[in-house]
Amino acid sequence: MNRTKSGRSANISRRKFIVGSAAAGGGLALGFNLPFAVEPAAAQGTAGGNTEVNAWVVVKPDDTCVIRVARSEMGQGTHTGLAQLVAEELECDWGKVVLEPVTPGQNLARKRVWRDMATGGSRGIRGSHDYVRQGGAAARMMLLQAAANQWNVPVGELTVANGVITHAASGRSTSYGKVAAAAAKLTAPDPKSIKLKDPRQWRVAGKPLKRLDTANKVNGTKVYSIDLKLPDMLHAAIKACPVYGGKLKSYDESKIAGWRGVGGVVPVRDDAVAVVANTWWRAKSALDALPIVWDEGPGAKQSSATIAAHLKDGLTSSDAFADTNDGDAPQAIAGAAKKIEAVYSTPFLSHSTMEPMNCTVRITANKAEVWMPSQNAEASLATLSSASGLPLAQCEAYNLDQGGGFGRRGGTQDFVRQGVAIAQRYPGRPVKMVWTREEDQAHDFYRPISQCKLSAGLDQGGNLVGLHIRVSGQSINAYLAPHNIKGGRDVRQLQGLWKSPGDAQIGYTVPNLMIEYAMRNTHVPVGPWRGVNINQNAVYLECFMDEVARAAGRDPLEFRRTLMKNHPKHLAVLNAAAEKGDWGKPLPAGVHRGIAQFMGYGSYIAAVAEVSVSGKGEVKIHRMVLATNCGHAVNPATIAAQVEGSVAYGFDSLQNEISIRNGRAVELNFDTYQPARLYQLPKIETVIAPTYDFWGGVGEPTICVTAPAILNAIYAATGKPVRTLPLKNHGLKIV
Amino acid sequence: MRLNVNGKAYEVDVEPKMPLLWALREFIGLTGTKYGCGIEQCGACSVHINGAVRRSCSVPVGDVKPGDRIVTIEGLSPDSSHPVQKAWAELDVPQCGYCQSGQIMAAAALLATNPQPTDTEIDKAMTNICRCGTYQRIRAAVHMAAGTGKGGSGSIIHMMTGAAASPVAPAEGKKPEREEVH
Repeated sequence: MNRTKSGRSANISRRKFIVGSAAAGGGLALGFNLPFAVEPAAAQGTAGGNTEVNAWVVVKPDDTCVIRVARSEMGQGTHTGLAQLVAEELECDWGKVVLEPVTPGQNLARKRVWRDMATGGSRGIRGSHDYVRQGGAAARMMLLQAAANQWNVPVGELTVANGVITHAASGRSTSYGKVAAAAAKLTAPDPKSIKLKDPRQWRVAGKPLKRLDTANKVNGTKVYSIDLKLPDMLHAAIKACPVYGGKLKSYDESKIAGWRGVGGVVPVRDDAVAVVANTWWRAKSALDALPIVWDEGPGAKQSSATIAAHLKDGLTSSDAFADTNDGDAPQAIAGAAKKIEAVYSTPFLSHSTMEPMNCTVRITANKAEVWMPSQNAEASLATLSSASGLPLAQCEAYNLDQGGGFGRRGGTQDFVRQGVAIAQRYPGRPVKMVWTREEDQAHDFYRPISQCKLSAGLDQGGNLVGLHIRVSGQSINAYLAPHNIKGGRDVRQLQGLWKSPGDAQIGYTVPNLMIEYAMRNTHVPVGPWRGVNINQNAVYLECFMDEVARAAGRDPLEFRRTLMKNHPKHLAVLNAAAEKGDWGKPLPAGVHRGIAQFMGYGSYIAAVAEVSVSGKGEVKIHRMVLATNCGHAVNPATIAAQVEGSVAYGFDSLQNEISIRNGRAVELNFDTYQPARLYQLPKIETVIAPTYDFWGGVGEPTICVTAPAILNAIYAATGKPVRTLPLKNHGLKIV
Repeated sequence: MRLNVNGKAYEVDVEPKMPLLWALREFIGLTGTKYGCGIEQCGACSVHINGAVRRSCSVPVGDVKPGDRIVTIEGLSPDSSHPVQKAWAELDVPQCGYCQSGQIMAAAALLATNPQPTDTEIDKAMTNICRCGTYQRIRAAVHMAAGTGKGGSGSIIHMMTGAAASPVAPAEGKKPEREEVH
C-alpha cells in the first residue's frame, strides 16, 4: 500500500505548521517536481558533453540539436514554429530536435542575446523570424567550418543534410555531434554575411509538421505552474476587493482559528487578503469562511447601466478626435440620396484562461524566485524585483508553459506582485498562490467595453459617398500604458480602422471618411484580450457594411469589392474566403451566408459563415470558411489550429458579457460565462493564402472576422441586424 | 480514508468534504487532473469512477467508497497507448493542453460505452470546455480512436499559394508606421 502523509491536524503552531506541511502533497512519495531544476538551462560553453554552438543551438554528442526558445508557449504553437525556422537554416535532423526554454535572468546576464521574450500581439514568429533563422544559419556555418578545418578542405566543397556533413570529393562524412566542440571555438560569422533561404525553398519550415510539445499533454505529466511542487511549499488562496478600486478594511481571523492545516492570514497590498495553509483546498475553504470587510469605494455605485450611459454620451460629444478625416463625411452624408445610421455596442469580456492565475514565489535574504505562467517572463522578473526590493541580479523567474494566455498574462503581472507580498511573510519558503475561478473572473483586465455610431450616405446609384465612424469606449492605454497616448489621441482603440498600412489597415476607400474616438473610461480594469480592439471594430464596420449594402440593394460581397480596389491584399483574401466558402452558390432552405473581412497583426483575414435561425431564436452555425494571408506560413497545421481556436474564442464575442452590478463583475464562473462548447462549433475550413512578401501574425487576427460573419448571416436569415451583444439580449442562442 | 486510484490503494487523512480533485492533486500527487471551475462546468477535473466519467471537483472524498475504482489520466494507460491518447497525439489535438486530461477521460468513457459514436452522440457526451478551441480535432480524434474512419485529420486546410505578391504592404523587414504591441 502506498501511504502518503496528510497535513497535520488543527491548531498547529506556526513551527509545527512549517514542519508538517512539508510532507503534504505527496512529494515524499512521488518525488518533487522541479522544472528548471539544478542546472541553469542555458549555460554557456560545453557542459556534460553538450556543446553550445551559439545562443540558439546546443548540440549533443548523439547529434541531438537542442533549440533554445525565448518566447512563451501558451498553446499557440510558437515553440515548434520557432524551432522549424532555426532547424531550416541549421540543416539538422528534425527528428533529433528538442526544445529548451531560457530564463529572463539568463537573458539579462547574457546581454539579452535572446532579445525580446514578450509573447503577445501575435508576434512570436513574425517578431523573431529573422534573428532565429540567422542563429540557425550561423550555427550551420560554424559546424561546416569546423569539419572543413578538420579535413583541411575548403568549406565550399562540403554539403550538409540532416546534420550529416559530407565531403563528396574524398568520400568523407561526419555529423554535427562530432564537430560541435570545435565549431563552438570558432568566431561567429558576421550576421551581414549570412544569406537566409528563400522561403519558397523551405523544407522544414512551411510544412505542417507535428508539434514538438504534445507527448506530455496526453498523459497528465506536463507540469503547469499550478502543478508545481517544491520542498516545504505552502499554499495560498486569495481574495481581492470585488469592487475595482476598493480596499481591504478588516477581517476576523478568529473565525477560522484552528482550522485544519491553516497557517495564517496575510493582508496583501492594500486591497486583498490571503489565507495560507498546507494545501490549497484548505486555504481556499478557510478563505471562504473568513469574514472580510471591504472599503468598496466610489466604484460600488457603478453598474452596466451607468457605464452604458457614460459611453453613449461619447457618441455625440465634442471631445472626440478624428484619426481619419478625408473629405467631409458629415456633409457628404447629410446631402446623400440615402442615409443609413446605426449604433452598435460590445461588452466587457473576460479572458478565462483554463489555468487560473497563479504563481509560486520563494524569497530569502538575498534571492527571490518566481515560477509562473507568463506571456512576458522579463516582465515577471522585473515585477519580482520591484515587489521584493531585491536587485534584478538576485532574482530569477522560471516560466512554465501556460494553460492559456490570450493576453491576460502579459505586462500586468498582478499575480506575481500578490505572490511576492504573500511569500515575504514566509522567508525561505516557497508559497504557491492559486486564484479560484471566481477570483479569476472577478479580477481580470477585461476586453474594453465600447459603443460605436456609424453613419453612411449612398448616392442615387447606390454608391457609398460618405462614412462616419465614432467609437466611444474605454481605453486600454489609459488604464495600463498612458505614455502610449500621444497628444491626447489614443489611436489604439481604433485598431483595424487605421489608414496606415502594414498592421491593421482599413480595407475600404471611401471619398468622405471620418473615423473618430471618444475616450470614456470606467473604474473597471481593461487590457489586451486576444485580438484586442480589432474584434470590436470589425463587428462595427463589417456588420454596418452589410446594412449599407442592403440599403444599396447590393450583394454584400459585391458591395465590398467596389470599395477595395486600392486594397488588393484585403480583396484577395476576401475573394479567397468567398471562393472556398461557395459564396453565391445555392444553400439548403433556411441556411444563410454572412461574410466579413478585416486586417490585424499584419495579416489579412476574411470569413464566410453558414447559419440558420429557428423560430425559437436558436442559431445554428453549420460551416465557416476562414481565409488568411499571413505572408509566410511557417506551419500550416498550426495555422489551422489557431484559426479553429479563433472561431471558438470568437464565440465569446457573441454569447458572453461581463456585466457590472454594484461596481463588481457579475459572471463569476462558467455557469454564467459560457465559453464555446463542442456542440456549438461549426465545421471549420482554413484557407491559407500566403503571398511571401511580409510577415504577419496568426494567433489573434481571425477572431475578429468570426463574429461579424456570423452576425451578417443572422441578419441575412432574420432581416434584422444584431447591433448589440451578446446575442442573448435578443432572444438568440447558439445551439 | 482509503482510495483506490489507478489500481493502487492509498490511505489519505483528509476531511470527508474535500473534493476528490484536491485529494488526488495535493495528497496523492497526481496533478494531471486539473482544476478549472470547481462547479462541474468545465470538466478539466474529469476522472473515471468505476468506469463512468465524473467531475472530481464536485465529488467529496467522503462519498467515494473504498472499493470504488478511480482512474485518472495517469492511469488510463501505462505508456500513452490508450486508443484515445494515441489519436490525440496523432492529430496534435492539444494546444495549451490544460483541459486535455479531462477531454481524454471524457472521450475514453464515451467510447467504453459507445464504441462508435455518431457526431450527435459526441456532441452530447463531450461537454468539457476547451478555451483554446481544439474541438474540431477532438471530434476527429474521437472518431479516429473509434476506428470509424470519419473525422479525417481534424483540420481542413486549403492552401492557395498562387496569389502574387503585391506592393501594397510595406517591404519586408520594414516596420509599419503603427502597430498593436501588447
